[in-house]
Amino acid sequence: MHELSLMESALRIATEHAAASGATRIVSLTLRVGALSGVVPEALEFAFDVLREGTAAEGAELHIQQEPVRARCPCSPDELFETSGPVCLCPRCSEPTADIVAGREMDLVSMEVETP
Amino acid sequence: MISPAGIRTISIQEAVHGKNLAVAHENRERFGRCGILAANLLSSPGAGKTALLEATLRDTHVSMPSAVIVGDLQTDNDARRLGRWGATAIQVTTGDICHLDAGMVQRAMAELDLSSLSVVYLENVGNLVCPTSFDLGESLRVALVSVTEGEDKPLKYPGAFKWADLILVTKIDLAAAVGFDRDTAITNLKRVSPAARILEVSSRSGAGMEQWYETLRGRLPARERKP
Ligand SMILES: Nc1nc2c(ncn2[C@@H]2O[C@H](COP(=O)(O)OP(=O)(O)OP(=O)(O)O)[C@@H](O)[C@H]2O)c(=O)[nH]1
Ligand SMILES: [Mg+2]
Ligand SMILES: [Zn+2]
Repeated sequence: MHELSLMESALRIATEHAAASGATRIVSLTLRVGALSGVVPEALEFAFDVLREGTAAEGAELHIQQEPVRARCPCSPDELFETSGPVCLCPRCSEPTADIVAGREMDLVSMEVETP
Repeated sequence: MISPAGIRTISIQEAVHGKNLAVAHENRERFGRCGILAANLLSSPGAGKTALLEATLRDTHVSMPSAVIVGDLQTDNDARRLGRWGATAIQVTTGDICHLDAGMVQRAMAELDLSSLSVVYLENVGNLVCPTSFDLGESLRVALVSVTEGEDKPLKYPGAFKWADLILVTKIDLAAAVGFDRDTAITNLKRVSPAARILEVSSRSGAGMEQWYETLRGRLPARERKP
């Protein structure tokens, strides 16, 4: 369950930003999670439920934006194609490609906060 | 943007792994400055990481002075096995945490005399999922899969294999006994990880080990020696 460690980091970043902006409460958090991030969205939700208690994010909502994999194949280097991974087959030549451009990300995108 | 209820949206756009990545970056720079090859070893529990490293230290510790940082949930058994060949083995007991992270490696690095070393092996916690999300600052990521685990392991747990530079199919001395389907296994590995080098090894019989050592030697960085 590395989602617990990751959610802990996400909440740390969020509460720091909330404190810096003088917010009293975090209303929602939005995460972007790539299909190859190795993170299971359900496990993130579970971790969020457990870890938000007693923080500024208690009672907050979690929004997860799932991102596809974007990859490139040597057969058509000027194009990107999307796949859900983990085997990234080129739609033109059907070969697997190692040139993954995006899909590993796990970012805290934004949050809604309440200010006095 | 202020809405009537006093609710406002703050844009953040930060990698959740940011802190780990920053420490991993420091580790990588430091290993690089010292001319050290840092190899992160990932596999499911019992695929043979410690056995591989025991054989490797026995055969190469003299020509490539090495140390091991080994993560284990509870015990220090692996560190004791690894200490036999004269190399320093530092145990990181991770407790409930199912992976090494860059900070644990950095703290263990402080106990090593980096100027005397050529290779530092990072034996990760036996787990094919969690360790894949944590950069440790390694320059070589090695994933191991034993012939006893089944040919579709790479498809079921792709993350460990997808980002590996090198994949070792271990325990090949047992291949015949367990009816290992080599072609299917290699095909699956190549589908998940088309660019990785794949070697078949047995730390028990010694088969393939020379190629593994050659790969390590070929990856040693140029030395500057400023810890
Ligand atoms: N036949 C055979 N057995 C092996 C080989 N390598 C390891 N083993 C056996 O496999 C078992 C597990 O090996 P370890 O080296 O402890 O595996 P590990 O990956 O370090 O395990 P964890 O650290 O617990 O994840 C031991 O009983 C080893 O003796 C091999 O090449 N051939
Ligand atoms: Mg071990
Ligand atoms: Zn193609």
